[in-house]
Parts: sequence; structure tokens; C-alpha cells
Amino acid sequence: MPDVAVKKKRPLWYNLNLLDLPLPGLVSILHRISGAALFLFAFVLLYLFDASLASRERFDAMRAVVAHPLGKFVLLGLLWAFLHHLCAGIRYLFLDLHRGLDRGTARATSVAVLVVSIALTVVLGAALLW
Amino acid sequence: MVNRTVVGAHYGLTGWLAQRITAVVMALYTLLFLVTVVLLRPGDFDAWRALFAAGWMRIATLLFFVSLFAHAWIGVRDILMDYVKPTGLRLALEVAVIVALGAYGAWAVEILWRA
Repeated sequence: MPDVAVKKKRPLWYNLNLLDLPLPGLVSILHRISGAALFLFAFVLLYLFDASLASRERFDAMRAVVAHPLGKFVLLGLLWAFLHHLCAGIRYLFLDLHRGLDRGTARATSVAVLVVSIALTVVLGAALLW
Repeated sequence: MVNRTVVGAHYGLTGWLAQRITAVVMALYTLLFLVTVVLLRPGDFDAWRALFAAGWMRIATLLFFVSLFAHAWIGVRDILMDYVKPTGLRLALEVAVIVALGAYGAWAVEILWRA
């Protein structure tokens, strides 16, 4: 019988500064943070979607919220969260299929996820919010 | 004697697979939505409402929402398992998440089929 009381020594990561993470690790924790943020703000997004389809008056009210600087700021943040979560998710689907597992490729695709999601946020944000 | 293990490698497989299937459904819907918006440009209320009055759009959007809420449940459950260790508190938070996501699902149906 193996002694379950004796725990194997596991490596620990005490440095909590996200920017000190390896790039794939940064993409990973941002995937979690963006997913949590999207869940927490789902109520707001559903409320806006509801308003957009309810009536002409509430559609205009929704437009006013989206046009407000604070509304724009929050929605731009959520747009980034969605796009980062999507891009990182596509990367993980490829990793699941054993594509891009070697260190050089994994590092390059993690950079691609960070860059593409920010670029798409700028492009789609400009098209949808302004 | 029932010889059943309550923990094991395959117990998370259904959730793992569901997370990926729902992700693909949402990614495809995102693509469909972007193409539709670029082609139809539903900028005002009438065009926007007409878009979501179409049967195929309602079905596709509901499929997106169902995938979204299932995906959110698995993801949030994983986060709670990682960070919330007291069992009672975790159960309470899990129940709150399930209730919220269930209500969101009903709300999504109401939004899409009200008009």
C-alpha cells in the first residue's frame, strides 16, 4: 500500500505578478479572467439585448447607454474579454488535437492570441461602438 | 458488494467534451452573426428586430445561448473548485450560479420569442 499521508513535493509558483508568467501562462490566466468577467457581466449584456429588441423607446435607451463614455468603456472591455477568450479557446482546441505543442510554436501562438485579440478589439470596437 | 470508484480520470470527460462542443457552436454562431451584420447592416430598430424575427436566426441564437450557459456553468464550476475550498460555501455559490444561468436561459427564450 502506498502511504497516502506522505505527499509528493510539488513545484509551487509564488510569484503572483501576471507579467512574470511565461506567455502561454499569461494567455491561460487571461482566458480564466476573461471568462469570469463575461459570466459576471452576462446580466448587463442580456439586459442590453433585451432592450434592443423590446421596443423603439428601449432600443433608443440602449443606444444612449452604448453611446455614453462609461458604457463604451465597459463594452470595449467586455469585447476584449470575449475576443481574447475566443482566440485563446481556438488555440486550446488546436493544442487538444496535438497541434503546436512544441515550445517555439506554443510561444508564437500565445503571442498571436494576445496581438490578434487586441487588434480585433480595436477594429470591431471602432465599427460597433463608434 | 458494489465496487464503484467515486473518483477517477473519466469522471470529468463529459464536462471536458461539452466545454469544447459548446465552444465550437458559439464560435460558429459568432462567425454567422458577423457575416449577417456585415451583409444586412441592421443599424436601426426595424432592421434589427426583423433580423431576430427570422426563424433561423431565433433558432441559431437560442442554440448559442444554450451553449453559452452550459459553457459558463462548466467554466465557473472549475473556477469555484480551484479557489473556494469550504464545501458549504462552494455549494451555495454553485447553486447561485445554476439558478442565475437557468434564469438567463428562460430570459433568453422570452427575449427571442416575445415579439
